[in-house]
Amino acid sequence: MEQVYLDHNATTPTDPEVVEAMLPYLTGSFGNASSVHQFGRDAKVALENAREQVAAVIKCRPAELYFTSGGTESDNIAILGTAYQYRKVKNHLIIGATEHHAVLEPAEHLKSREGFDLDILPVDNEGRIVPDSLTDRITDNTSVVSVMLANNETGTVQDIEPLARITHQYDALFHTDAVQAIGKIDVDVAALDVDLLSLTAHKIYGPKGVGALFIRQGVKIAPLFYGGGHEKRRRPGTENVAGAVGLARTLEIAQKRLQDDYSRMSELAEYFIDGVMGKIPDVHFNGSRQHRIPSTVSLSFEGIEGESTVLSLDIKHIAASSGSACTSGVTEPSHVLMAMDVPPILGQGAVRFSLGRSTTREQLDYVLTELPPIVEHLRSMSPIYKSIKQ
Amino acid sequence: MARKVLVAMSGGVDSSVAAFLLKEQGYEIVGAHMKLWDYAEVGGDIYRDGRCCTIDSITDCRIVCDAIDAPFYVLNMSKQFRCDVIDNFVAEYKAGRTPNPCIRCNTDLKWNAFLRKAEEIGCDFIATGHYAKIEKRDNGRYCLRKGVDSTRDQAYVLWGITQEALAKTLMPLGGLNKSEVRQIATKHDLRTAEKAESREICFVADDDYRRFLRDWDDKHGLVAAPGEIVHTDGTVLGRHEGTAYFTIGQRRGLGIAYPTPLYVQKVDVANHRVIVGGDESLFQSELSAEGVNWVAIEAPGEPFEAEVKIRYRHKPAPALVTPLTDGSVRVTFKQKQRAITPGQSAVFFDDDILLGGGVIA
Repeated sequence: MEQVYLDHNATTPTDPEVVEAMLPYLTGSFGNASSVHQFGRDAKVALENAREQVAAVIKCRPAELYFTSGGTESDNIAILGTAYQYRKVKNHLIIGATEHHAVLEPAEHLKSREGFDLDILPVDNEGRIVPDSLTDRITDNTSVVSVMLANNETGTVQDIEPLARITHQYDALFHTDAVQAIGKIDVDVAALDVDLLSLTAHKIYGPKGVGALFIRQGVKIAPLFYGGGHEKRRRPGTENVAGAVGLARTLEIAQKRLQDDYSRMSELAEYFIDGVMGKIPDVHFNGSRQHRIPSTVSLSFEGIEGESTVLSLDIKHIAASSGSACTSGVTEPSHVLMAMDVPPILGQGAVRFSLGRSTTREQLDYVLTELPPIVEHLRSMSPIYKSIKQ
Repeated sequence: MARKVLVAMSGGVDSSVAAFLLKEQGYEIVGAHMKLWDYAEVGGDIYRDGRCCTIDSITDCRIVCDAIDAPFYVLNMSKQFRCDVIDNFVAEYKAGRTPNPCIRCNTDLKWNAFLRKAEEIGCDFIATGHYAKIEKRDNGRYCLRKGVDSTRDQAYVLWGITQEALAKTLMPLGGLNKSEVRQIATKHDLRTAEKAESREICFVADDDYRRFLRDWDDKHGLVAAPGEIVHTDGTVLGRHEGTAYFTIGQRRGLGIAYPTPLYVQKVDVANHRVIVGGDESLFQSELSAEGVNWVAIEAPGEPFEAEVKIRYRHKPAPALVTPLTDGSVRVTFKQKQRAITPGQSAVFFDDDILLGGGVIA
């Protein structure tokens, strides 16, 4: 059996069409976009065309779009940049409980090291924020509210617009991390009513190391880096022209395929969830069946550790994930599932299967053959499962 | 089909070579690094070299596993390590004893949770880079023997392993010297060949256990209450900042001017007292050991003679080991031994064969 890759929320293979679009800017048109000569002009034109293409997808003006190295950097600029910019007048932040660490950690840094106040918005059992919880916490002292559009672990999609509307009543800024949503559902900054939005290329068949941050016209932001005029001094550093071109092409392809991919992912995911539930007892679905990115399937197998399931699947050439991927490869108890009030015993047993363009029904059938005996074997060794069953 | 082994890899040269040698012997290898603790929790310098549980060490494991074409995983055991090893380490000092956390980790983590993980993912054995040998004896029992490298015999820290666990363990370095291990690593271009080794307590990154306890105090509440330093003759000589900061036989750090050298004789937690006296009164001929695990022999009914080692760097001394009815043993040395320390392990050897061991009461 070939390898079955069900970890598309971690990253995806770069589409050959994207690679092809990037290649000229790594070789012939290699110029520095800031240079005065022909080489520089060629690079600059490519960069600005890319900016226009990306802006068109999220429906902002090109001048409101800033290229970055990816989701983590975009999130950090959004959170730290606004907090620092407005700290003399406002020093309160609000973020969702299920945010990615790229939002969570800068926010916690501001709280623990820089004297900011931080409030966390609770979520319901499906991982959705109740707008009232924002009304209860927001004040005139709030500078930025950040709630992700789609969650990386569960795929749960938030209703952003009502939250953004409340935020604006308090003259605060609203940021959303759209890294797991862009290219999978329609992302429109006007409809969402957001002031800042983070996105990246590599979750949707683009290259790693390039992303963008939308900053609404008029929003001020303190830069995190200094050293040049690139990206209007908000993100200095020689522009990654090939990356920007790759991001633009990636989004162009994703937008074109959006409807088809969405229905195909929904169909495959439902088939997979039904298959697992039908073959394995005591499995719980984590998240919202209704409000979610269909390709993300988080399942908890009672009585066993997600880590053991993922390792056993890897030995059978099936790539899935427990918790979210991090540099060391350590699986940590998920703050996302804990915030959703998933009992710890089930949170430990969570496995995330994230489907993608290469996923086929045959591959899922293979997983449906290999997974039940793995779960059965692990449960046979689990004193916890035995005690639950008694 | 090749037998499958889960190799415990720290990121050092020993476990790298252990994995390499087993691969050469035809085993199917799966590498695993046990992530036991976080610098954020235990303090110390995350960027220091040659330490386990750092990102760099984990990377080293990955590269070595890739070189021998083995899958590699990081297993998060920090929660178990925190309760079984770190909390116990603190509690032992608090109770006036001097723990050996490596032994605790071997018994409770490596030859328990790690072994279970191996079974979960379908491995037949676990393996480590310890310098010790495992052999099956005529009496049907698995025994541990000292490794040939006498400068780093590690059998002492392995006395707690059960028979069932030993039956599923491979230690390929028992017949080698450290220099040979390094040669193998160099010859086969393993990334960890030149790596410095750490032989101290892994989660006390700066080797300063008092600093660790002081930090723990700040974060989690008092480990030890301050009190008096008292001479064995009853004279109060001064004050100390906590009984936990003292270990038997300790000379430095008492902060007392006295005509003759003073050593800690006893840590009296109940009265918050540290008892000090001259070197000569540190010598004792008897100890009792609890929680005994028998390795090469069945639990004996009669007293027997053995060589008993009472700390990692102690030269085993001849003694009579008397099993008691409650499962503990009494050890009577032929010659008095210096600084018998509660919390450390007493391990009984017949030449190079590990018979059993227990914790000094």
